[in-house]
Amino acid sequence: MKYLEGRKYVIQAIFIAIGAVYLIKLFFIQVLDDSYKTAADNNAMRRVVQYPFRGLIYDRDGKLLVENTPVYDLMVVPKEAKAIDTLKFCQLVGLTLPEYREKIKAARTYSYVKPSPFLQRLTNAEFAAIQDNLVDFPGFYINARTVRGYPHQSLAHALGYIGEISPRQLEDSAYKGYRQGDYLGVSGIERQYEQYLMGQRGVKYTMVNVRGLEKGSFKDGAYDTLSVAGQNLITTIDLELQKYGEKLMQGKTGSIVAIEPKTGEILSLISAPYYDPSLLTGKELGNNYMKLLKDPVKPLFNRPLMATYPPGSIFKLAQALIAMQEGTLTPNTGYACNWSLVKCSHRHPHPSNLGIAIEQSCNPYFYQVFRSVVNKGRSANVFQDSHLGLDAWNKHIKSFGFASKLGIDLPNEKKGLMPNSQFYDKIYGPKGWKFPTIYSVSIGQGETGVTPLQMANFAATIANRGYYYTPHIVRSVGEKGKPLPAYSEKHYTSVDPRHFPAVVEGMQRVVESGTARYARLNHIGVVICGKTGTVQNPHGKDHSVFIAFAPKDDPKIAIAVYVENAGGGAIAAAPMASLMVEKYLNDSITTPARKRWEHDMVSGAFYKWGH
Amino acid sequence: MRTSYKLTQNIDWITIGLYALMVILGWMNIYAAVYNPENVTNIFDFSLNSGKQLVWIGASVVIIVMLFAIDYKAYDSLAYVIYWFFILLLLGTLAFASEIKGSRSWLVITESIRLQPAEFAKFATALAVSKFMSSINLRQQNWKDQAKLAGLALLPPTIIILQNETGSALVFAAFTLAFFREGMSPLILIIGAVGVFVFVLTLLIPQWYLAAGVTVLMAAYGWFNFHRIKRFLYPYIGIWVAVLAVVFSVNFFVENVLQEHQRNRIKVLVDPDIDPLGVGWNVTQSKIAIGSGGFLGKGFLEGTQTKFDFVPEQSTDFIFCTVGEEHGWIGSLVLIALFMGLLIRIITVAERQRSVFGRTYGYCVASIIFFHFLVNVGMTIGLAPVVGIPLPFFSYGGSGLWSFTILLFILLAIDAHRKLDLGR
Repeated sequence: MKYLEGRKYVIQAIFIAIGAVYLIKLFFIQVLDDSYKTAADNNAMRRVVQYPFRGLIYDRDGKLLVENTPVYDLMVVPKEAKAIDTLKFCQLVGLTLPEYREKIKAARTYSYVKPSPFLQRLTNAEFAAIQDNLVDFPGFYINARTVRGYPHQSLAHALGYIGEISPRQLEDSAYKGYRQGDYLGVSGIERQYEQYLMGQRGVKYTMVNVRGLEKGSFKDGAYDTLSVAGQNLITTIDLELQKYGEKLMQGKTGSIVAIEPKTGEILSLISAPYYDPSLLTGKELGNNYMKLLKDPVKPLFNRPLMATYPPGSIFKLAQALIAMQEGTLTPNTGYACNWSLVKCSHRHPHPSNLGIAIEQSCNPYFYQVFRSVVNKGRSANVFQDSHLGLDAWNKHIKSFGFASKLGIDLPNEKKGLMPNSQFYDKIYGPKGWKFPTIYSVSIGQGETGVTPLQMANFAATIANRGYYYTPHIVRSVGEKGKPLPAYSEKHYTSVDPRHFPAVVEGMQRVVESGTARYARLNHIGVVICGKTGTVQNPHGKDHSVFIAFAPKDDPKIAIAVYVENAGGGAIAAAPMASLMVEKYLNDSITTPARKRWEHDMVSGAFYKWGH
Repeated sequence: MRTSYKLTQNIDWITIGLYALMVILGWMNIYAAVYNPENVTNIFDFSLNSGKQLVWIGASVVIIVMLFAIDYKAYDSLAYVIYWFFILLLLGTLAFASEIKGSRSWLVITESIRLQPAEFAKFATALAVSKFMSSINLRQQNWKDQAKLAGLALLPPTIIILQNETGSALVFAAFTLAFFREGMSPLILIIGAVGVFVFVLTLLIPQWYLAAGVTVLMAAYGWFNFHRIKRFLYPYIGIWVAVLAVVFSVNFFVENVLQEHQRNRIKVLVDPDIDPLGVGWNVTQSKIAIGSGGFLGKGFLEGTQTKFDFVPEQSTDFIFCTVGEEHGWIGSLVLIALFMGLLIRIITVAERQRSVFGRTYGYCVASIIFFHFLVNVGMTIGLAPVVGIPLPFFSYGGSGLWSFTILLFILLAIDAHRKLDLGR
């Protein structure tokens, strides 16, 4: 048998050969081929984006305007929810058996092993009741997430809302950090301050098992990044004033804009009709948005920034200031109330100086003031003269922030319109117009368009006697932050500050003895300066407008009120503005007379008063 | 028989050392396979496979002591008794056992203790064929004896196939290696190898192309070397016919005899995408787990694929995935080196036996362990079909561990007394 002994080498060779073949094959798949590592990562690693808390928004006194409210969804994993007492469960969540089966079937259609929402947005009471009993029902659990919440129903337009990113935005490189399903600010502060509010997203790598269920963090979270909460915003809004203004404007159409003149901070920004901001949160966003969009009163339209109206008589203040700067008017200049030039709103003595003219809002007076600027005699040719005069005027009027975007920290601001020679050349041809063609601009009618925000800024400019800070709504980013640098820069008008006191005196007279006596605040010892406006409206009743600031010598608030179709400036806008000022300076309205005014304004009694 | 014979001096401690190392490494890998990072449990936790395996290991030590305590001559003299005992047990299991996982192969003793007689039939058959081999002279080419031998080796796998445990039955093919050492014609091994080769070819290439290719090749060779094959013309044609027969019969076998899942297990070797969510899934995930280990591996308990259930049967049949994933190519090298070392050591031990019985038994042990290694590691890396047989000493399972322990330590018990044996 000796010859067979050699076969042991054959057998050993077979063993060694197989071992070697296996080692070589293993070297290929383990060391040389990287695709298995990628496949393994794809298999067992899940990248979970950690969404940060969006920044909160406060009013100027630290009252919460926008918060993140937790909502609770009841989730189900159909595979694990097989062996439960269905009847007991239905009692707990308040469903009928067929409803339950329907919902389980829907969840099962989505996935047998992955969680899907069973009941969404439980109320706190439901949540409390269900949470305590869930231990008896394996496969069901509560998932908490947050949506934007509004402790008050105010300031909807300015706050804006957040919504899911649109497919168009996803393709836009400006939104490259976002993914499908992400939420971002769609309008208002939410959109303007998106980069501060959104915070920083974190990434968590979790391991998942073969059924896609999470199995803890990868390498104890060594590769995870934490999410950083968004920065909170402190707005300039005075919530109490804002709510009061909204109350005054209820059922009406128009705007109230109140600004702190010393800083340009917006104290209230009311757009009426308004809506409850909580309508545009959560799953009902789409439906509610469509409802608001189709509403004929256009509640989504942000009037203070987007509506441009002829300013009406408040514009006479600007005409006076420009004429004084141009040297064609002094505070003591008198003009006749000559009805042949333009009709005046009412009979009054001939204004022998600027103060009386403002007090009486004399149309012929300001016709002549404007003409003195436009036809100053820069050229012998009457057309040329009007060209040069209007363009000189246009430069001045623009320095007040008209006809351009002021640059408020909110989206979609409109710039409005102030005509120049080019503008009229286009309509009438270069030799087709002269002063009589454009005279209505003198009293704030005609080819003029001003937003309520610009009106309020104008009031603030006069209060400051010649300059303004760009109106803004965010006071600081973060609790101890500063406003954006653009908002701490003084903008002087092209009118010398020395010309302003005469106009201020006139505005004081408007309230004391002129067109807006209802606006007086003598009972709280405050001198308020204002100017009414009644804007002719070819489509219906006149618009009522009033700008004001108070107190006269240390202005704390400048305000513009614009109420559409309410009639004269004196009967709606002026009382409302004075109520707003009183509310702001004095915290409350106390005297019975003022309470009556308040009641009439809220109820809109002026609609019946006629004109 | 000298009573002062020193057992400890003659025990092969190298084999025992390798055995101990493999069992302990296996146990640690079982722990890694069932380890749940969300709910970390102790390696000794008896509710887990790792804890239970420790019990099986402890029991194995008792078995080893018993095997050395039994009179070594009993293995020789009682070989047939043991064999027929297990044949009866296999038949009994087939008749009375209830079906578990589709097969009637489990003997339920208590709820948690179940034995698989098929596992133990291996060492019983190894004893019987060794006993038979020692009693005949193979060189005399007595076909009756050869038929008896074949019958001894084929009876257990036949019953096991009836139990629906095809994988365990295939292991009995390993005895051919032992028979080869004892004088079986190498032709049988070569035919077997060629058969497997043609088998794989028929799976890769449509049968008609294959038949045409063989015909053209053989015709061309015959044409240019006609002077050489002139004398063997008829045998030459006979070979051609035989190859064609194999080609067509393999195809028939694969398509008509094999069950669907068995067919897929073979086909998946050629094309892993053939059954991506069935057997293909197992092979793909197994390769991903091993392949993602890299050179040094992800580290003990750091594997992601073998946890989280991507690889099926992680602690039993696919235990090699855990080694490959967590210890990389180096880990694979160590494992393969351990097996090579053990197999060569067993051959060395077998060759130093004075009796044909001892030597044949030694080769049976080496062949069985090798076959398990070949198929088990091969299937995890896509080189062998998926056959549910364990990796010796590594895979979780009491029956498996005990059967390999008994198999190996009967050899060591015989070997320890080799100097007392006069040989034949």
